[in-house]
Amino acid sequence: MLSAILAAAAEVEAEATPNPLLPEPYDIIWSAVCFAIILFVFWKKFLPAVKKTLDARSEAIEGGIKKAEIAQAEAAAALAQYKDQLAEGRAEAAKIRDQARADGTKILTELKEQAAVEAARITTNAQATIEAERQGALISLRAEVGSLAIDLASGVIGQSLSDDKRASTLVDQFLAELETDDKAKAGK
Amino acid sequence: MLFFEGTPFEINRVILIRFLVVALIVLVFWLGTRRMKMIPGRGQSILEFILGFVQSNIVEGNLGKKDGARFLPVITAIFITVLGMNITGIIPGINLTGTSVIGLPLVLALVAYVTFIYAGVKKSGAGFFKTALFPSGVPVGLYIIVTPIEFLSTFILRPVTLALRLLMNMIAGHMLLVLCFSATQFFFFSAGGLYALFGVGTLAFGFIFTIFEILVAVLQAYVFAFLTAAYIQLALAEDH
Repeated sequence: MLSAILAAAAEVEAEATPNPLLPEPYDIIWSAVCFAIILFVFWKKFLPAVKKTLDARSEAIEGGIKKAEIAQAEAAAALAQYKDQLAEGRAEAAKIRDQARADGTKILTELKEQAAVEAARITTNAQATIEAERQGALISLRAEVGSLAIDLASGVIGQSLSDDKRASTLVDQFLAELETDDKAKAGK
Repeated sequence: MLFFEGTPFEINRVILIRFLVVALIVLVFWLGTRRMKMIPGRGQSILEFILGFVQSNIVEGNLGKKDGARFLPVITAIFITVLGMNITGIIPGINLTGTSVIGLPLVLALVAYVTFIYAGVKKSGAGFFKTALFPSGVPVGLYIIVTPIEFLSTFILRPVTLALRLLMNMIAGHMLLVLCFSATQFFFFSAGGLYALFGVGTLAFGFIFTIFEILVAVLQAYVFAFLTAAYIQLALAEDH
């Protein structure tokens, strides 16, 4: 009786409880399916998506930094160029000023020279004219004085001294006497 | 709760929980990574934090960047699976972890096992088994002792400990919670009277252990993934 019960119990146990060390096949199968799904989606979808985003982000950050650097370099270049241009402009202005000053000086000198030359010329001319006029006056005066004196003398002596040769000899004699008198007077 | 009973495709409560977890993981990460933005929102930041933690702390910390990239998917999948399956133990209405039956820990341990052997064989061919079983620097005579020990520890105990550590942690946590909450139930409603004071104590313990189970869930996921990475690293190392 007892053994029969035990045998029956053992039989039931053997059916109901399989080897406790061996997991149920369905347990393993579904676990494998679950893990396979998760592995697949992470491998093929999620991790690449995340990686892509992270790469894009780091690239954007690096790109931003690079862009800023480029902008800074451009600004520095523009500043340098501006400074260069400014210095160039200043140099140009100085050059123009110097040139103008030099030109002015030159023009002034030229004008001065011209003026001096002109003045000299005018002076010379004037002197020559004066001299000529003096000579002319002297000659005409001499002739005038001669004829007046002869007219006077001919009136006085009633005789024509119109004979030129004699007249001029007489005049010359008279004038020479005058000059001699003058000199004698001056000598006193 | 049972479908296909008696076939190899039987589905009971644990299997249903696993399906639910898989569906949730896929859904959450699908929504989270579907439209990723350069400037992350709150949800995206959390997902990036989790994946970044696995990548930098577990994978690259052990394997470095180059090898890390090769084994990142499998280790991440292990981590996420264990974490997701563990956390159901404290979710009201489910209260059972997907890892509290041997199947899933065993499958994950086998995956880790196959992965690190694959890594070793890919790296150094049959030399992997030689360096694993006959470590250099040991006197030849000692191989009689060393080789069986190495074989046991590397090729048998590693997967077994991986699977059992996870399984037992989850079972123990489940037992503790069941104990605390059924005791609370008993003291409050069956015993009554002053025994209700005990119930307050057991309820407090149940609460504390619920918090503790969150820690254990995360910790076990971390440990499992970390050990997998460490085994791969050992297999990749030229000489160990």
